Amino acid sequence: MDSAELLQFAIAGLKSGSIYALVALGFSLVYGSTGIINFAQGEFFMLGGMLSVFFRDAGMPLPVAGVSAIVVTGLVGLAFERFLLRPRRDAGPLVLIIITIGGSMVIKSLARHAFGGNELSLPMFSSGASVMVAGAAVERQALWMWGLTALAVVALTVVHARTRFGRAMRACSLSHDAARLMGIDTAKVVMVSFGLAAALGALGGFVVTPLTQTSFDVGARIGLKGFAGAILGGLGNPLGAVVGGLALGLLESLSIAFISSTYKDAISLVVLLAMLFIRPQGLLGRASREKV
Amino acid sequence: MSSDALLLVSGLHVGYGHVPVVRGVSLEVGTGEMVTLIGANGAGKSTLLKALAGLVRPSAGSVTLDGEDVTGAPPERLVRKGLALVPEGRMLFGPMTVAENLAVGAHTRRPRDPGVAEDRDRVCELFPVLAERADQSAATLSGGEQQMLAIGRALMSRPRILLLDEPSLGLAPRVIGAIFSALDRLRADGLGILLVEQDAKLALKHSDRGHVLRAGRIALGGSAEELIANDDVRLIYLGAWHGTE
Repeated sequence: MDSAELLQFAIAGLKSGSIYALVALGFSLVYGSTGIINFAQGEFFMLGGMLSVFFRDAGMPLPVAGVSAIVVTGLVGLAFERFLLRPRRDAGPLVLIIITIGGSMVIKSLARHAFGGNELSLPMFSSGASVMVAGAAVERQALWMWGLTALAVVALTVVHARTRFGRAMRACSLSHDAARLMGIDTAKVVMVSFGLAAALGALGGFVVTPLTQTSFDVGARIGLKGFAGAILGGLGNPLGAVVGGLALGLLESLSIAFISSTYKDAISLVVLLAMLFIRPQGLLGRASREKV
Repeated sequence: MSSDALLLVSGLHVGYGHVPVVRGVSLEVGTGEMVTLIGANGAGKSTLLKALAGLVRPSAGSVTLDGEDVTGAPPERLVRKGLALVPEGRMLFGPMTVAENLAVGAHTRRPRDPGVAEDRDRVCELFPVLAERADQSAATLSGGEQQMLAIGRALMSRPRILLLDEPSLGLAPRVIGAIFSALDRLRADGLGILLVEQDAKLALKHSDRGHVLRAGRIALGGSAEELIANDDVRLIYLGAWHGTE
């Protein structure tokens, strides 16, 4: 295999990797503020794609349809927390996690009823031939995916590191009791983290649909990939989620290059299990959470 | 005492499930007053403070803050009413810097409130080491510095009453001295302080009044001088003191 071919595989890996990164970031945000895994995260990705198609078919220009889909999915995320999880928030993590699984099934069924069972698609964001980089072709849509993913990650990082609300989110992820003693409304922080996670997933669904198409049942698969990416990078660590998602995409793509495409989907499961056995804190995680 | 106390606790019961821990405690703390709670491990001191700060709901009784009934209010509301707790074990945000911990402490206030910067300066004047370590993560501080940060962080909400749970635990005598002289200064500025302290002798020396908590009830109360002079208190809680006095 020559270097141009290898680069081509790497580009493909970074393409799916950027989607995994967005979904992993959603897992990470929710885990950080609540300590639970939200198994409906993949459905938010699905809603992003499906709603974009829906809004575009309703006559909106593509960018407006995409932004609307992201906003509406974010609201769905807020409502998901407020009406499904908050009433049982004292019931313990296991009950809450099972509620997210139930919620994901409900979202999926409703999506099937609302949008039908067909594969749906969106046009590419910009037309034109692929850009050639060192002998490898990069589709313009991939540039959009990377650009918008990077924008979302940078925006989130700035909010996290520099704003009052970001500090409140970090305080919550370290200790709910300590955060409440500072006057932080932890219930609101938890709800907003679900909303942000949903919006990030929806962004992934919107940007990837022109390349892959979408349907009501894409959520579970991408949810698993995002979860594996989050574990790979270290749950609760936003930077880790991005690194983990990209790394998982690359691993998948390289496994196609060097082994066989048959095992592509198995890679994420192998990575998931290997990380849980060998390094449960993830690549960028600390051995145990730093607490004082 | 007068009925216009800053914090007025009356017949408070607190328990976990069906296990009663605090059983009918009444006490009060006025402006510029320091009150100490002493008692053996398991007497219910920490549980009482947690209930007063809103982390645990009392099962009966009432808590009044500056004339307003706040029984059962959550901590995020009590902070806004002017009550702050420096919790047992400090509960700092370890990976966050000293400056960020102080900023989170001011969460209830408008970000552009010029008073926030004033209070930060005041905290740094009270504990100068916090200014030196502003950009270090809280987890890298020594135990004494962490306790100073925990107190400073609580002060950033500009409380009128401060609850402290074992501020001297595990600290060197020199550091304990610095912390208690800071508490003296805060009290002189009008802050009401309710203190739970293992080192009863030290705490009573700095306090106006004290209460002895035994099995969830107030067994004894009085001025700090009375308690220090009381034979039972001397024998049980100030035991280590006999040899040196």
